[in-house]
Amino acid sequence: MNSCSQENQSKSVFLDLRNISKSFGAIEALKGINMQLFAGEVVGLMGDNGAGKSTLIKILSGNYQPTSGEMYLEGHPQQFNRPVDARTHGIEVVYQDLALCDHLTAAHNVFLGREKKKWLGPLRILDNKFMLSKAGEIFAMLKSETRPRDLVKQMSGGQRQAVAIARTQLSSPELVLMDEPTAAISVRQVSEVLGLIKRLQSQGVGVLLISHRMPDIFTVCDRVVVLRRGEKVADKHISETSQDEVTGLITGALESA
Amino acid sequence: MTDSSLTKAIDSQTHSVWQQLYRSQPFWVTIAAIGLCVVLSWAGTDSRGEQVFFTAQNFNNVALNFSFIGIIAIGMTAVIITAGIDLSVGSVMGLSGIATGLTLSSGYGVEAGIAAGLLTALACGLVNGFLISYVGLSPFVVTLGMLSICRSLALVVSNNKMFYEFGPDEDLFVSIGGGSYFGIANSLVLMLILTIFLGFMLNYTAWGRHLYAIGSNENAATMTGVPVKAVKMSAYLFCSLTAGMSAIMIVGWMGSVTNALGMIYELRVIASAVIGGADLMGGVGSAYGALIGSFLVELIRNGLLMAGVDPYWQGTFVGLFIIFAVALERIRSHQSS
Repeated sequence: MNSCSQENQSKSVFLDLRNISKSFGAIEALKGINMQLFAGEVVGLMGDNGAGKSTLIKILSGNYQPTSGEMYLEGHPQQFNRPVDARTHGIEVVYQDLALCDHLTAAHNVFLGREKKKWLGPLRILDNKFMLSKAGEIFAMLKSETRPRDLVKQMSGGQRQAVAIARTQLSSPELVLMDEPTAAISVRQVSEVLGLIKRLQSQGVGVLLISHRMPDIFTVCDRVVVLRRGEKVADKHISETSQDEVTGLITGALESA
Repeated sequence: MTDSSLTKAIDSQTHSVWQQLYRSQPFWVTIAAIGLCVVLSWAGTDSRGEQVFFTAQNFNNVALNFSFIGIIAIGMTAVIITAGIDLSVGSVMGLSGIATGLTLSSGYGVEAGIAAGLLTALACGLVNGFLISYVGLSPFVVTLGMLSICRSLALVVSNNKMFYEFGPDEDLFVSIGGGSYFGIANSLVLMLILTIFLGFMLNYTAWGRHLYAIGSNENAATMTGVPVKAVKMSAYLFCSLTAGMSAIMIVGWMGSVTNALGMIYELRVIASAVIGGADLMGGVGSAYGALIGSFLVELIRNGLLMAGVDPYWQGTFVGLFIIFAVALERIRSHQSS
């Protein structure tokens, strides 16, 4: 932790979590998490099932409120009551189940919850033409063969992934949270998604990446944070650790590092 | 072939008009309705060989009968798209009709009578919508309860009396429900207006997109920031409101109202919406589907009557058609996937 903050002193802290806890009834999903995310940094978040990764993501995205603890955004205390709050502060999410609606087109899924509208006389109506062309542009940028007019239910796993990732590109986010983006797609598409993460980073966008795939984390991340049973057990620069060490930390073979 | 022309070629294959029509349930229902009309025009003659189906009078009859159901099928379609159901529409219709009848017969004007009917319907929709959206109860159970409550309240309020005197504005009130506009029955005009309204809302507004989004993946809609609770609430409000409108039209047309108004209408309304392509699993349905679905149901009823089939058989035929329509939908979606 200390070595990290020293190294990142030149960068500004985008998000600062202080003593974040979350319980569901008697179950403590997160216990006093302290963590900093720097602007434009790619951080891997690892841990076994039930370690609290998804809970942490849902707190950052405004789906859950922490039971206790504070969140500082660019130095100011911040509370997200709804997903829209996180979005307006530059935090975008790609959910594990992708949060897609099968019966809507790719373009409408990309714009879901923030449809582009135009005036028709006194009425506010959908600007379908704009949404189709904008979604097309984003898919082209992602080098995805997804067609904006297709219904999502007709799509392959990789195309569905592209739709969910395209959604984050509507605004200019500071931070993109990704929950297992490479879990259910083919090898070729994994490298595409990793390529996208690199592209986001080169544009100064920070990424918090949850993944079970060790090689993915070590390919794209600057830093890795390990959770075990709701507690943070490691926070290390990627060059200062190894896949073996991280595996040990996840399983509990290593207590902390 | 360049990249963009390839995309266009693929696009024109998967998004051609024919492809879209083949996939659309309302298209097949329209074909069925036209087919049925042809058969009936050929078979629908009386013993002296005179046409009884293809007459202006019979068409007026069909149009009237199906518009009362169709008006509510429009509202029901909005609810079904969200993967919900409203079983209370028949009872809401009864209670609204009684409220209107009671207000008018107590000597109030037509505005007060219509307002009483519509506000009663909205109150029912408000309770349904609140319990389903904000408390999170199952739509089936809530609206089943409302079905029972409204029917019972209609009995309580009416004291099991019939209302047939509609106060100072009686003529005006009766002409609203029973009159016509350029030869088209008023209730049919209202139904067409509602069809266009819902069609527009579904295709061109965020509200419409959100209905589909909630029906296909409510969780996703919540996570992407769709105001899920408010949108669901509005769907139940709209559905109840259409039941109230239909009640006012039908009471004016019949010239009387009893607490049995709208009894088991919910079944015909749901049947119409489902035959018109609304999927009870949510995410699918259209305004035109509601219109053509209720038209077909009425056509089957009317056709059987014209063909001299015992009316007791009507339920069997309508029931068979519901199952057939849904099975057809399954087969087609299986083929295209």
